[in-house]
Amino acid sequence: MTDLAEPAPATTRKDWSSDQEVRWCPGCGDYSILAAVQMLMPELGVRRERTVFLSGIGCAARFPYYMNTYGMHSIHGRAPAIATGLATTRPDLDVWVVTGDGDALSIGGNHLIHALRRNVNLTILLFNNQIYGLTKGQYSPTSEVAKVTKSTPFGSLEQPFNPLSLALGAEAGFVARTHDMDRKHMMETFRRAHAHKGASFVEIYQNCNVFNDGAFGQITGKDHRADMLIPLVHGEPIRFGAEGQFGVVMDPDGSVEVAEVAAVGEDALLVHDEHKENPGLAFQLSRLSRGPFEPTPIGVFRDVERGEYGEQMADQIALATERRGPGDFAALLRSGSSWTVG
Amino acid sequence: MSDTTTDAKSHHLIDRVVIRFAGDSGDGMQLAGDRFTTSSALLGNDIATFPDFPAEIRAPAGTLAGVSAFQVHISDHHISTPGDQPNVLVAMNPAALLANVGALPQGATVIVNSDAFDDRSLAKAGYEVNPLEDGSLGAYTVYEVPMTSITTEVSKGAGVKPRDAERSKNFFALGLVSWLYTRPIEPTLAWIAERYAGKELVLEANQRAFKAGYNFGETAELFESAYEVKPAVLEPGEYANVTGNTATAWGLIAASLRSGLPLFLGTYPITPASDILHELSKHKQFGVRTFQAEDEISGIGAALGASFGGALGVTTTSGPGIDLKSETMGLAVSLELPLLVIDIQRGGPSTGLPTKTEQADLLHAMYGRHGESTMPIIAARTPGHCFEATLEAVRIAVTYRTPVLLLSDGYLANGTEPWRLPELEDLPAIDPDFATEPNHVGDDGVPSFWPYIRDEETLARPWAPPGLTGLEHRIGGLEKSDGSGNVSYDGANHERMTRLRAAKIAAIARDIPPTDVDGQEGAEVLVIGWGSTYGAIAAGVERVRARGHAVAQAHLVHLHPFPADLGDVLRRYRRVLVPEVNLGQLSRLLRAEYLVDAVSFTQVRGVPFRAAAMEEALLQQIASLTADEEGAS
Repeated sequence: MTDLAEPAPATTRKDWSSDQEVRWCPGCGDYSILAAVQMLMPELGVRRERTVFLSGIGCAARFPYYMNTYGMHSIHGRAPAIATGLATTRPDLDVWVVTGDGDALSIGGNHLIHALRRNVNLTILLFNNQIYGLTKGQYSPTSEVAKVTKSTPFGSLEQPFNPLSLALGAEAGFVARTHDMDRKHMMETFRRAHAHKGASFVEIYQNCNVFNDGAFGQITGKDHRADMLIPLVHGEPIRFGAEGQFGVVMDPDGSVEVAEVAAVGEDALLVHDEHKENPGLAFQLSRLSRGPFEPTPIGVFRDVERGEYGEQMADQIALATERRGPGDFAALLRSGSSWTVG
Repeated sequence: MSDTTTDAKSHHLIDRVVIRFAGDSGDGMQLAGDRFTTSSALLGNDIATFPDFPAEIRAPAGTLAGVSAFQVHISDHHISTPGDQPNVLVAMNPAALLANVGALPQGATVIVNSDAFDDRSLAKAGYEVNPLEDGSLGAYTVYEVPMTSITTEVSKGAGVKPRDAERSKNFFALGLVSWLYTRPIEPTLAWIAERYAGKELVLEANQRAFKAGYNFGETAELFESAYEVKPAVLEPGEYANVTGNTATAWGLIAASLRSGLPLFLGTYPITPASDILHELSKHKQFGVRTFQAEDEISGIGAALGASFGGALGVTTTSGPGIDLKSETMGLAVSLELPLLVIDIQRGGPSTGLPTKTEQADLLHAMYGRHGESTMPIIAARTPGHCFEATLEAVRIAVTYRTPVLLLSDGYLANGTEPWRLPELEDLPAIDPDFATEPNHVGDDGVPSFWPYIRDEETLARPWAPPGLTGLEHRIGGLEKSDGSGNVSYDGANHERMTRLRAAKIAAIARDIPPTDVDGQEGAEVLVIGWGSTYGAIAAGVERVRARGHAVAQAHLVHLHPFPADLGDVLRRYRRVLVPEVNLGQLSRLLRAEYLVDAVSFTQVRGVPFRAAAMEEALLQQIASLTADEEGAS
C-alpha cells in the first residue's frame, strides 16, 4: 500500500477521469457535477488509490464508472449500507456516496437515515432532480404535490420529502445544499463536505432536462439567482438580493422568514451559525422555502463534529486489546468450562 | 425402606439416561438443563442436548403456551442425538407435565413440583382432575416433591423475600437431579458463586436451594437409589461443551486468524441466529467488528462493503432474513467478492416457528435469486461441526471470490455436544492472495488493472481492495465485459460471463473431498442426509445394523456443488432414502441431478427426527426391497 506519510502526488482533472465514455443525456446536470468533482479532487491533495466512489441505482449512480478511482455501482438504495461496511473497516479511505432522490429517499431511505445517525465517515452527494430519470419519468419522493408524470396522470397525491429537514432529523452533523449551475459553489460545498469528519450530506439541485426540465430554473437561472438564492455564510447576517435588499429574520416563535432589510433594519437580520449544537436553526432554514420557486438558502446549513462511527469502533477494539491483550485463540476456546480426556 | 441409611443407598450403574427439565418460560429450565449438562460434560460423559422453548418471552404463566423444556442425553458411550424419549421428566407445574407426558415411555420417572398442582394451576393447564390423584400417571414412577415450599423454607434467615426465594426452585430441581445421577456439586456451586457475584442474596438463595435439592434426594425416603453414568470413551484431548452458534462464532474468528483477514459481521438480530452476534461482539480483542445494522439488507450490504475493502465480510440470519438478503447475494455473485452468508434455518414460511428447527431453506439457498446466480452451499451437521463447516465455507469464499451460503439450523444453533478443541496451527490456512500489481497492458502500452481476468485453474478473479496505485478499478451489478470488467450489454459476452460464473462454482467440486460414505458389505439401501439430521440418521443406522441388516450412510456437507463422485455413489445402491426436515428438497436435487429414484422421508414438526423413526423408515425400505425380490421370483 502507499505510504500515507508521503504527500499525495500532484494530479490534474484528467488523472481523475476514467477512460469510460460518459453516457448521460446531452444537457444533463450530472455533467457539471462530475466536472466539479473531477476538478476539485486535485485541489484536495488526496490519493486516487485511497478514494472510493460508491453508488446505488439511477442516472446519478453511473458516477463511479467515470472516476478513475476505486468504485462500486451497487444496487438500488443500498450504497449507504455498503459504504458503512467499507468505511468502518477502512478508515484510511475517502468514501463518497453518489445517490439520487429515488435511490436515497425512497428505496434506500432507511439506510440513509441510519448512516447519518451513526455518523459513518461518508461524503454523500444527493443529486435531486425531483423525478425518476432512469425509469423514464415517474414522480419521485421529492416531486411536488399534484405533479403530473407518467405514473400520476391525475397528479401526484404525495407530500414530498424535504431532504435537508430529513437529514437534520436523522442527526446529520454536516448538511449542505448546492446546485448544478454554479461550479464554484459546488466545489466549495464539496470541499467542506469532504473536510467534515463523519457523515456529510449534500443536496444538489440537478436539472433533468429530459423528464423534469427547468425544475429549479426559477431559482438557479443566472437572471434570478441573486434574488432567489440565499447564500449561507457562517457568522454573517443572512442577506441576499441583487442589491442586498433582502434578509432572513427570526420571528418570536422561532420560525424564520424573508424580510426587506429596509423594513426590519440590518440589526434584525439573523446571523448564520453552522456550528450550533442545536439543529433548530438549521432546520428552520431548511424549511424557509417551500420549494424551488421561493427564495431558497444554499451553502452549509450545519457543520457540527461528533464521534465518528468507524473510529469509535476501532477505539473499542483498541481498548479491548489493551485490557485483555491481543486475541488468544487457545484461551477463547477455554473461556467456558473445558475438560481433558485421556 | 425406612431403615436404609444414606450410605447404604446403592448407586445403580446405567449406560445412559435422557432427562427433560420442563417448566414455565420464567422458571429457569434452560439454565437448569445447561448446568446439568456442564457438570455431566466435566464428568466425562458424552452428551447431546435439545433446548425447546416458545417464541414468547413470557407467555402467560402456567399455560401450555409458556412451557419451556431442555432435554439432555448423557451416556458412557458415543451418542449422536439428544434421545427420542426422556427417561426422566422434571415438571415444575401441571402445564409442563401435560405438554411433555406424551413423550414419555412406559416406566419413565416423573418428578413433579407438587406445590404447583393447586386447583388454579391445574385449571390453567387445562386439567379438570389432578393427574397426581386420578391414576392417569400409572405407567410412570411419580415422585411428588414440594419444591416451592422447601426452597422458600431453606432461604429463611438469608434475608431473601419469600417471593424472590421461590424463584430459586430451578436450582432445587437441579440439585435433586444432580443427586439422582451422582453429579458432583462443586462445579455448580462455584458457577453460582461466579454468576451471581455482587448479588449476595440471590447467590445465597440459589446455593441454598441447590444444596437443599441435593440433600433432599439423599435424605428423603423417596428414592431407592441414585444412578451413575460412567465417563464415555472419547478421543483423548481437551473438550468443551459447545452450541452450534458458539462453534460458528469461534469458526469465524479462526478463519479470520488463518486468513489474516479482519472479521466484519454485519447483521440484524433474529432468532435463532442472534447468539453468533452476541458471542462475536464479546471478542473485540481479535479485531472483530460487529455491526448491528438497521435491517437485514444493510447487514449483508455492509458485509459486502467490508469484503470490497479486503475484510472477511460475514452476515448471519434466519427465516425471513434470508429472503431479504437475496438481492445483495446476487450483487456479490456479480461482483465476485468473498462473502459468507450464514442461515440458521427455522420453521417457515414467513415468521413461521421462530424458535423451532427446520431445514427448508435448501432450495432457497440453491435457487433463491433472480438470474443465473449460483452460489456454493455448505451445511453443518452437528453443533461442533459448525466450526469446521464455517472454516470450509470461508475457504471456498476466499479462494473462489464468491458469496457462500452456510446452512445451520435452530437445533444445531442451540443444541450442544462435547467438542474436541483444535490447535489453531492445525486448521487449514486460507490465502487471500490479494492482487498486488497491474495485470494488463493496454494498446497504448500502459499497464492497467483488469478486475475480471481469471485464474486459469480456479476461474477466480483477482481481489484488489482499494489502496494500491495502478489497481484502481470499478465494479458493479451491471454485466461486465469479460476481462476488463467494463459495462457490457453485448449478448455474446453475457453468455460467456454467465457460463464462466457457473463453471467457476461447478469446478469447486474438484476441490472438495469425495462423498463420505459409511458403507457396509452387502448394503442395498443408502440413507443420505444433510445438516442436523446427521445424529438421528446415525442412530437409526446403528439400530438397524444391530438388528443384523446391512445399510450404508452418507452425509453431505457440500450441497453445491456436490462431491464429484456423488452420482456414482448413489447408483451403487438399489434404494436411496433421503430423510429431511422439509418436504423433500435434497431428494429433489438428487433426482434432478442424477436421475436416481431417491425416496424422500420427511417431517416438519419443529423438532429433530427421532432415531426410532429413522430406524422404522430404514427397515421399511429394506423390507420393500425384499418384497420386490420375492415378488419377482
